[in-house]
Amino acid sequence: MSLDPSVRDTILGAVPSLRAFAISLSGNVDRADDLVQETLLRALANIDSFQPGTNMSAWLFTILRNLFRSEYRKRRREVEDTDGSYAESMKSQPEQNSRVEFQEFREALSKLPPDQREALILVGASGFSYEEAADICECAVGTIKSRVNRARTRLAQLLSIESMNDFGPDQSVRAVLVGSDSV
Amino acid sequence: MDVTTAGEKEASLGREIQTKIGQQLRAVYDDVVNQGVPDRFAELLKQLEQSGAKGRAHES
Repeated sequence: MSLDPSVRDTILGAVPSLRAFAISLSGNVDRADDLVQETLLRALANIDSFQPGTNMSAWLFTILRNLFRSEYRKRRREVEDTDGSYAESMKSQPEQNSRVEFQEFREALSKLPPDQREALILVGASGFSYEEAADICECAVGTIKSRVNRARTRLAQLLSIESMNDFGPDQSVRAVLVGSDSV
Repeated sequence: MDVTTAGEKEASLGREIQTKIGQQLRAVYDDVVNQGVPDRFAELLKQLEQSGAKGRAHES
């Protein structure tokens, strides 16, 4: 195996973003790092199949996503850890208020269906175009757009319900909210 | 028209929430990105690179 230093640097440069994506997929930092490691090994073993000039980052994301889907999804169902290790992944200590907001947002994010969360992260945080996200997820561009829209709508619902809870609605209002949520 | 006004209000509230969602999403994501490359990955690539160099040396 020959590893060109510029290829190595490009791969290393993609690692922080790969980790963030992996954590959003698995909800667990340790597992995410294992996933990134497997992705790097797989990528280097298949580096000849990478076409120079195309998007290395998108190629790595595709590998990581496929690994996650084949090996990790079932396990993730078994031990769902939505705020535990994800919260531990935060090294910075933002102000108390924004920390609470952060926490609420992460919880809301974790309630999204995986397909929607993944599409939203790729487009809204990783900086991929709808077309690139569609390539990574091996689906139509329209499917990505619709998943992103549904993810945003759902998050808006979850977050506005949570902010209403902050104002302390009485039990009857709460019951209505919970009821409307389950319909 | 009342309906339009109500609709516009809803749309602008929607935009506000969307902007906030976008910001928070990036904040959560960037929090991990800003941790940089953990040593284990830099080490891993270094090792692979060295083993690759040895491989090439044997070939030549």
